[in-house]
Amino acid sequence: MSDETNPETNSETRPDGGSEPDSDNHPNTGSDPDSATGVLLDALRQSDLGLVMVTLLLIYAGATLLTFTDGLNSVVGLMRTLTFLGLVYALSALALNLHWGYTGLFNIGVAGFMAVGVYTMGIVVRSPDPAFGPPGFGLPLPVGIIAGMAVAAVVGLLAALPALRLKADYLAIVTLGLSEIIRLTLQSSAFDTFLRDTIGVGTGGGRGMGMPSNPVRELFLIDGRSGNPTALGDAVFGTLGEGGIGISNNILIGWGYVLVLAVFLVGFYVLLERLGHSPFGRNLKAIREDELVADSLGKNVDLIKIKVFMIGCALMGLAGILWFGSQGNVSPTPQFMPLLTFYIFVAVIIGGAGSNTGSVIGGIVFATVLFEGPRRAGAAVRGVIDAPTPPSFADAVASLDPVAFLAFATDNVAPLQFVFLGLILILIMHRRPDGLLGNRIETAAAVDLTERSRGGDRDE
Amino acid sequence: MGITDSSIANSIRTRPGLALVTGLGILLLVDLAAKLAGLSFGPLGGSLSTGRLGSNLWNGLVIGLVIGLAGIGLSMTYSILSFANFSHGDLVSTGAFTGWGVAFVIAAFGDAPFRALITVRGAGSVTPGQIGAHVLTTPVAVLLGLVVAFVATALIALALDRLFYKPMRDRSGISLLIASIGVALVVRYLLQFVYGSSRRGVTATVDASNLVFAPLGLSVNAHQLTLVVAAVGLMLAMHFMLQNTKLGTAMRAMADNKDLALVTGIPAERVVTATWLIGGGLAGASGYLYVLLRGTIQFDFGWLLLLLMFAAVILGGIGSVYGAIAGGIVIGVVFTTSTVWIPSDFNEAAVFAVMIVVLLVRPEGIFGGVSTA
Repeated sequence: MSDETNPETNSETRPDGGSEPDSDNHPNTGSDPDSATGVLLDALRQSDLGLVMVTLLLIYAGATLLTFTDGLNSVVGLMRTLTFLGLVYALSALALNLHWGYTGLFNIGVAGFMAVGVYTMGIVVRSPDPAFGPPGFGLPLPVGIIAGMAVAAVVGLLAALPALRLKADYLAIVTLGLSEIIRLTLQSSAFDTFLRDTIGVGTGGGRGMGMPSNPVRELFLIDGRSGNPTALGDAVFGTLGEGGIGISNNILIGWGYVLVLAVFLVGFYVLLERLGHSPFGRNLKAIREDELVADSLGKNVDLIKIKVFMIGCALMGLAGILWFGSQGNVSPTPQFMPLLTFYIFVAVIIGGAGSNTGSVIGGIVFATVLFEGPRRAGAAVRGVIDAPTPPSFADAVASLDPVAFLAFATDNVAPLQFVFLGLILILIMHRRPDGLLGNRIETAAAVDLTERSRGGDRDE
Repeated sequence: MGITDSSIANSIRTRPGLALVTGLGILLLVDLAAKLAGLSFGPLGGSLSTGRLGSNLWNGLVIGLVIGLAGIGLSMTYSILSFANFSHGDLVSTGAFTGWGVAFVIAAFGDAPFRALITVRGAGSVTPGQIGAHVLTTPVAVLLGLVVAFVATALIALALDRLFYKPMRDRSGISLLIASIGVALVVRYLLQFVYGSSRRGVTATVDASNLVFAPLGLSVNAHQLTLVVAAVGLMLAMHFMLQNTKLGTAMRAMADNKDLALVTGIPAERVVTATWLIGGGLAGASGYLYVLLRGTIQFDFGWLLLLLMFAAVILGGIGSVYGAIAGGIVIGVVFTTSTVWIPSDFNEAAVFAVMIVVLLVRPEGIFGGVSTA
């Protein structure tokens, strides 16, 4: 929590009106921190991995505080849920950061591209027997994942065509429209019937589609059946699980999947960092800064945009597969609404567009503090209040009883959580448009030009 | 003749996308004519009664007027404040809830608990039939509700501007767009918090409220007629304001060329205030009218309409008030008439597809590149 309230207090409590240079905006140049915590923060800022770890530790500490009275399983289970959400948001935010942070392409169709990835994977992997719901091709899972990424990339190619000629705000509307077209198509029973009649596979329409079983489960349990552990399962369950310190086996399997996600996250991060620092990455940043200049310098802006759209969409597809593919069942309407895109956008903006570490931290902070946090805190407060919940807002107000009103508010924390989210988004745009970590956007130039010019200013 | 031939060939060569879209449009029209005539050749044609087409067109016009009315404000914020306002759809919902709350109170004061009425049946248990809000039985309540929807939403839009948008007036369009997504979340979920999340009926059913135009086979109900009259009235008022008042001239000047307008001494902040008041008010009124048409209300219906509004505004040429109205009607007609060719679960997708195609082949909008309000 302290992580995201920091910026507001920073800028509001500065009594002298901020005459000194805004040192938090330039973490790498702010060389004279005035306190011990400042030194610590500065040291942490140098190490991105440390920053991610400290964020996670703070979140684990918060989760432990909320649930330690309910026993070990609750604590470990909540930590697993939070880590899972943090990682999948971080993965999605990284993919979006390639479009928005690096290239300046305002793509708000992320939910649509994820849906394409997940549904393609589902269709390719599901059994061809229509007795088990919508039929598929029955191919192995890796084929499905690659197909999902490929189809998402192809849809990204289609989306890139408008990107070549549209201004940012038009592109936003087009990509949002495209993601809605994708959602409505997957939702449509007519499309489901059409697919079944032509190529013999189905989407399940509005009822959705069951996802193939998670291979991580099969690492621990033979054929995924409980009570039939593999050698690895035996070892883990025996030490940490029900045969050892008593964590539920399902939570342990969940942690196994979280580890897989963490490996993917590192992979995404390394890939995007390398991409960002390659000549291709410099082209992307040049397009972000000034498309006309990049074009004038002989860069093939159109081709670069198409490529980056395809890469980004493939990564979104993969993030979608890793996220929703592990959820048992997917259906277009609650899961792939435009709201999902905005969540991921908020994650990128919190971390600061243009910074990969920022996207990772933004994803983790968003998922845990902004998304799950209010829900858990509301439930905790509700447990303390000893009063019946009024049936509606009007009744709560009419009762003129602050306790009844608080009971209503904590019982209806879901809408308030979105209000809170909206306010955070506005506050960040007002006060910290560069994100919580300050200005970490990578410059388009191969060498850092700002260093030298700032030095020159100081000498005068 | 040789000249026209070569110019057509030329335009096909330079604008292949436009030619393709025109060709597709002509094909659909031919198909429609064949369907109406009951002919069928190959994949084209089939059968379609004039009555069905007529009612599709009429329903499209009615929905289109609402979308166009809401689109005016969206278009104005785009041209005068230079950003795509994603919170506009939630202003539409705001108008519907505030307006119908007051309309209910006037229609059934004393017959039902006040808190059930003012929250549009969010609290307490009272049925739409007990409240009996219908333009034929409680015309005063429905009319006053419309006025309240306009005024309340105008004031809320202005308050949102002062709180959230004014501090970042000089920022880029994208920053404002992102902030407007935040504002949209705040408004939508405050509505849910206050009014509850259920979808519920609003208007009562009244016998003999349908007028039937026999020759066309059209059935027009009183609420559709009310909507058309109110929407056209508001649009005419808007037209008069833009063309004949000093404020309207200033707004058109700001939309046309902001720097030039500022140099000539137009009070920019006052124009911005007027933009929010009028744009917000029209959004609120259109939300109220949409609920009158549909008979049900839900906290996020305005958000779901937002993309349709964007489609209308883009179609008409973003920034143009008249374009937004015309675009709204086209969108409405596409929305209802596309079911002639495609399954009805795709009609919304068809609208978005039309929007994307227009942006690709003619980003200045189908009515030409006039960005002046």
